[in-house]
Amino acid sequence: MSGGPNERDVVVTGIGLVSCVGEGVEAHLAALAGLTEPGPWETERFAPYPVRPGPALDLSTQIPKKSDQRQMEPWQRLGVYAAGAALDSAGIKDDAELKARTHVIVAAGGGERDYDVDGQVLTAMRTHAAPDVLLNERLMSDVRPTLFLAQLSNLLAGNIAIVHGVTGASRTFMGEEQAGVDAIRIAHARIASGQNDVFLVGGSFNAERADSILAYAMGRLAYSGAPAAVADRTAPGFVLGSGGAFLVLEARAHARARGARVFAEIAAVGSARTGRGAGALAETLGRLFDETGTGADARIVSGALGLPSRDAEERSVLAARAPGAAPIVTQDLVGHLMEAHAPAGVALAAGLIATGEAREAAVTSIGHQRGAGLVRLRAG
Amino acid sequence: MAEPRFTDRFGRPLVAVTGMGVITSLGEGKAANWAALTAGRSGIHRITRFPVEGLRTTIAGTVDFEGAEDFCAPKLSERLATTAATEAVEQSGLPRGDFPGALFVAVPPVEIEWPQRRALAEASGQAGDVTYADLLKATETGAFADWHDLFLFGTVADHLAERFGTRGSPISLSTACSSGATAIQLGVEAIRRGEAPAALCIGTDGSVHAEALIRFSLLSALSTQNAVPEEAARPFSKNRDGFVMGEGAAALVLESAEHAHARGAEILGYVIGAGEKGDGFHRTRSSPDGAPIVAAIAAALEDAGIGPEAIDYVNAHGTGTPENDKMEAMGLMAVIGERMRSVPISSNKSMIGHTLTAAGAVEAVVSLMTIREGVIPPTINYRVPDPAIPLDVVPNVAREAKVGCVLSNSFGFGGQNTCLVLSADPA
Repeated sequence: MSGGPNERDVVVTGIGLVSCVGEGVEAHLAALAGLTEPGPWETERFAPYPVRPGPALDLSTQIPKKSDQRQMEPWQRLGVYAAGAALDSAGIKDDAELKARTHVIVAAGGGERDYDVDGQVLTAMRTHAAPDVLLNERLMSDVRPTLFLAQLSNLLAGNIAIVHGVTGASRTFMGEEQAGVDAIRIAHARIASGQNDVFLVGGSFNAERADSILAYAMGRLAYSGAPAAVADRTAPGFVLGSGGAFLVLEARAHARARGARVFAEIAAVGSARTGRGAGALAETLGRLFDETGTGADARIVSGALGLPSRDAEERSVLAARAPGAAPIVTQDLVGHLMEAHAPAGVALAAGLIATGEAREAAVTSIGHQRGAGLVRLRAG
Repeated sequence: MAEPRFTDRFGRPLVAVTGMGVITSLGEGKAANWAALTAGRSGIHRITRFPVEGLRTTIAGTVDFEGAEDFCAPKLSERLATTAATEAVEQSGLPRGDFPGALFVAVPPVEIEWPQRRALAEASGQAGDVTYADLLKATETGAFADWHDLFLFGTVADHLAERFGTRGSPISLSTACSSGATAIQLGVEAIRRGEAPAALCIGTDGSVHAEALIRFSLLSALSTQNAVPEEAARPFSKNRDGFVMGEGAAALVLESAEHAHARGAEILGYVIGAGEKGDGFHRTRSSPDGAPIVAAIAAALEDAGIGPEAIDYVNAHGTGTPENDKMEAMGLMAVIGERMRSVPISSNKSMIGHTLTAAGAVEAVVSLMTIREGVIPPTINYRVPDPAIPLDVVPNVAREAKVGCVLSNSFGFGGQNTCLVLSADPA
């Protein structure tokens, strides 16, 4: 363990970001600045629920083997691609020794289903005398055996190990938005404590799948109106987005020793369980501002959802604690990335700091059902 | 500055275990499980939860005595976790509903299940071919709002955090079949960092439904020895042919030794080391050279600050798949050397099946009971030795032995390898 007061500072040395906007943090900052066209909306395929579709990617640049591409479903391809881009960005893609001791925390849900098989089985079950027996027979004969490996939550991390050779060890956190902020929190703590030097942290989400939308549509939480920014919507709900966001986090001393570019320092990560009662979110967020030492000048990258009560409580805290420039709303840029949303917000904040747009930034993470987080970054 | 006896040889807070709870197909609680495990009794049985016509595997170690009439994986997983954690927290003597540390819970991935899909399809009114567009349409009634929360990945942990009053943001995690061990590892790390004096670490899995079984079956991972269910799980035997799915949960109250001592709590044992290593070889298979398994075991020993000679017993991952048991034996021989031939090793899975997400936690509890009771649970169904695995697998009958230090292995799909070192005394 290295000495010195700031040797164990945690710095961002790599960013991989893909979304409807395109690829790379620079493209996202350009879109934020209005220099390029905003990312597209997909309003037909899952009507009445619009989503922000993933970008067209040349997968071979990050996932060279076709056999690897075939073994994954889209959520994994987005994630493995973004993870590879983060390793490139950090300049460690070809450093096998370093990748073998780089640890991984992925924030993930589960993977895709075979939608055709599901539909056929549901259709057949409706009229079958013994529907559960039919289910056994059809699943045994119709499901692709390796589909399971595209569904298991920890197999995004598994594919990152296989495709990129990042084999320190991986842990996968689940639990919607909170998984993303807790992944960053635990990686930060492990680096700061001297346990590990380098982490790859992030997640991915595929919005272009009916079963994902279904879960939130059941809760009447998926937005079903015309394309509009969160603040301009006349109906409640979030717009899911397809994307992936990964960060390379590193101890400052380790980054310095290998001459790495530092985008920003992650100064503090706060996360908390929070109830859904009136005022609970505002109380929690206010406390996280205190705990993370976030100042009034921090540029805010907001995890605002499009759920009026949650948004109003967040707005009230931001108005009081960071009254400067209007918050950047990550969902307006890329859609709501669920587990990957906080990592995407941190990627944007680190980009703003690296380009001199901000000296300090704070990323809010608002759980649509539970939990809140705040990540404070500063010029590194 | 803590008293020296409350820190390990690296100066970190020493992590004690002050409460344990367990539930498996063998029964509820430590006493019932210990009695069955040391009697060599199997909890594997024919599946009655759902029809098994058309399946290659028709047996499992399901937990059927915890209200299985309205089976739903997250609900059963939560019930199992609650039962185990209640036992653990009560034993620890820490206040109910006001736990002085964070929650780390290994939970099986959740998904909308077939009964819910069918209900949505029916509610859609679609009389022709059903598609997901119909299911989406059915949500517009608002009648299915409760299922949103039921099928969120974070719900089980949130309910547990509420019930036990744990601090901070609860973490739901998966490292596949090593998840339970990872939950413990996260708790150990939090205490060593001084974030809290305690951690509640749980592994739970109540997810045996038809599709879950079929998924493993399609990967040829499951035993198909259905005729005599109790004899199907055969870890380390030459005639092993796959694992048997099981259900269960275990919970451990981890606590800094200093905190435990200050409140006069009984210390049941220590978690003195944890190690992990990723494997990028294949999605379901280990690197043929066993290097990641070797590295994970070595990392656990290094973290504990002990050499391989200190290990008295290995609580094996021991799934009973041809691949796992061979690789595990090879890894152990590589780290522990020739001495491994005489170090007792046994697999609890021979009796309770593979409790998947819960396994690492269940087996940690059994390991600590082994230390306390001085009895090693056997590997049952061991009748045909495998010459490729020249180990003392404690065949078929429990054995009295003084055990001070246990290595507990957990390996999972996706290149997950996690090992714990559990000990009677501080290292």
